[in-house]
Amino acid sequence: MPVRTGGGTGPVAITKTAPRESGERAETGPDRDREEGRHFNSPLLLTLLLLTAVMFQGPIRGALSAPVMQSWMTVFVAVMVQALPFLVLGVLLSAAIAVFVPPSFFARALPGRPALAVPVAGAAGAVLPGCECASVPVAGALVRRGVTPAAALAFLLSAPAINPIVLTATAVAFPGDPEMVLARFVASLLVACAMGWLWHRLGRTDWLRLPAGTSHEGQGKGAAFWDSVRHDVTHAGGFLVVGAMAAATLKAVVPAEWLRLAADHPVLSVLALAVLAVLLSLCSEADAFVAASLTQFSLTARLTFLVVGPMIDLKLFAMQAGTFGRAFALRFAPATFALAVVVSALTGTVLL
Amino acid sequence: MNRLAQTALLFLLGATLLHAATTDLYLRYVKSGLRPLVLLAGVVLIATAAATLWYDRRRGRPAVHHHEPRVSWLLTLPVLALILVAPPALGSYSAAHTGTALTKPFGFPDLPDRGPLRLGVADYAGRAVYDDGRSLRGRQLKITGFVTLDRAGTPYLVRMGLNCCAADAQPVKIALTGEVPPVLSPDTWLEVTGRYTPRRTKDPVNDGPIPYLEVTGSRPVATPHDPYDETWNT
Repeated sequence: MPVRTGGGTGPVAITKTAPRESGERAETGPDRDREEGRHFNSPLLLTLLLLTAVMFQGPIRGALSAPVMQSWMTVFVAVMVQALPFLVLGVLLSAAIAVFVPPSFFARALPGRPALAVPVAGAAGAVLPGCECASVPVAGALVRRGVTPAAALAFLLSAPAINPIVLTATAVAFPGDPEMVLARFVASLLVACAMGWLWHRLGRTDWLRLPAGTSHEGQGKGAAFWDSVRHDVTHAGGFLVVGAMAAATLKAVVPAEWLRLAADHPVLSVLALAVLAVLLSLCSEADAFVAASLTQFSLTARLTFLVVGPMIDLKLFAMQAGTFGRAFALRFAPATFALAVVVSALTGTVLL
Repeated sequence: MNRLAQTALLFLLGATLLHAATTDLYLRYVKSGLRPLVLLAGVVLIATAAATLWYDRRRGRPAVHHHEPRVSWLLTLPVLALILVAPPALGSYSAAHTGTALTKPFGFPDLPDRGPLRLGVADYAGRAVYDDGRSLRGRQLKITGFVTLDRAGTPYLVRMGLNCCAADAQPVKIALTGEVPPVLSPDTWLEVTGRYTPRRTKDPVNDGPIPYLEVTGSRPVATPHDPYDETWNT
C-alpha cells in the first residue's frame, strides 16, 4: 500500500488514542489494527484525485452536458452553496457550546425535570435564527454537554421552524392568510414537544451514538475550538453532500404532473405534500414560498408541507444519522414524520 | 481522511466559496442576498484550516492520529463541481418540467406613460392575467427572458424566479404568438418586442394560467447579470 509516514503512530500511540467511532462503523481492537495496516496516505490521495479530475476535465464536462445532468448539478451545487453558510454558523455555535459553556450552565438554565425541560428547550428554538442545517450540530453539542436528550431533540425540531426569520418569510409568502403563520408556529412547537416527551418516555440511550467529539484534554481552548470546528464541518458537511445529491436527484426525476393527481383528494393531498417536503429538502427559510405556489392544494396540505419539511427531510436524515447514529435516525425520523403529519392535519382543521 | 487532508479540503472548500461569491458565479445558484453569508463561510473555513495548521505547528508534533469519517471525502464533489464544471443557471429543461408559478400580485403600480415599456416576465404575466391587461393595452412592450419549447414545440418566454436557492426556483411563462422567429433554440435569451393580447392558455404541467404576447420583433441578448428574477414575491 502507498507510503505511510511513521510519525508518532507506533503501537503505543494507537493504544493511547481514545477509541473513536466514525459515523459508519465501530472500531474494535483487531479491526482497528487491520485498518491501521491498510490505511492510506489521504493527503496524497486527495492531491491525486484533484489532479486527475483536472486532467480529465474535458471528458467530465462532456459527460455532464446533457440537460438532465446540468439541472441536477445546478440544484446540487445550489443546495450546497446555500446550506454551507448555515452549517458553518451552526458548527461555530456548537463548538462554542462545547468549549466555552460549562455543563453547569445548562443544568441551571433548564428545569431539572425532563418533562418540563422539553417545552422550555422547544420554545428556546425560537432564538436560533437559522435553518435546519444549523440546528443539527447545535443539538449534538447540547447532548454532549449533558442536556437531557429529550430537551435537545425538542430544540432540534423546533428551532428551524419557529424562529423569527422563518415566520416572517411565511407571513410574506401568504399575504392573504395570516393565520398560516400562527398555525405553523403552533403545529411545529406541538410536534417538537410531543417528540421530546415521546423520547423521554420510550427513548433508549443506547440508540443514541454520539460521535466521541474531539477529546480536548491537554489542549488549550483555542485549539479545542478549532479542532471541533474542523471535525464537525468535514463530518456534517459530508452528510450534507449525501442529502444534497438525493434532493437534486428527486427534483430532476419526480414529474410535477403527479402532484396534480393528488391535489383533489383531501387525505391524499396532505400525504403527498408531506412526502414532497421530505424529498425536496428545501431550506426552511425558503419553503414557505414554494408552498405558496402550490395553489392547487388546500391550506391544510400546505401547512403539513411547512411543518414536516424543517423537521425531517433527506438532507436532515443524513445529517441526523451522522450526528446521532443510524439506529437513532431510523427510529426518530419515521416517528417525527407520522406525528408531524397528524398534528398539522389537526391544527389545519382547527385553525385554517 | 486524516487531519492534514481535512485541512487541505477545508481550505479548498473555503477558497471555492470565496471564488464563487467574489465573482458572479454564486448568482447562478443562490439569491444575491446570501452573498455576505457565503463570503463569511469561505473566510471561516479558511481560518479553520489555518488555525489547525498553526496549533499543530505550535505543538511541535503532528496531532495524535484519529480515524476521521470517510464521508468527508464527499466534500470534494462540490469543490470539483464548482471549479471544473460550474453548471449554468437553471434553464429550459427545468422550466419545461415545472408548472408556471404565477401568483396574484399584491398590486399594480402605475407604469410610465410614454415610450416603449420595459417589463419583467412576471410583471407582464401578472398584469395580463390578474388585471386583464388594463395598463398594457395599446402599448409597445419589451420583455427579456429565455426561450423554452414544450413537447408540442410551442415557444414560451420564461424567467425563473428565486426565493433562496436554485432548488426552489420556479418559472413564470409567457406564450409567444405573432412574428415569432422561425428558428428558436431553447435557452437563448431574447428581448422580445410586442403587444398585449387577451389570449390565454393553461400550463400543461400544473394548469396554471399563461398569457400570450403578440410578438412584433425580437433580438438575442446576453444572459443577464443575475439570471434569476428575485423581484417577485419578495
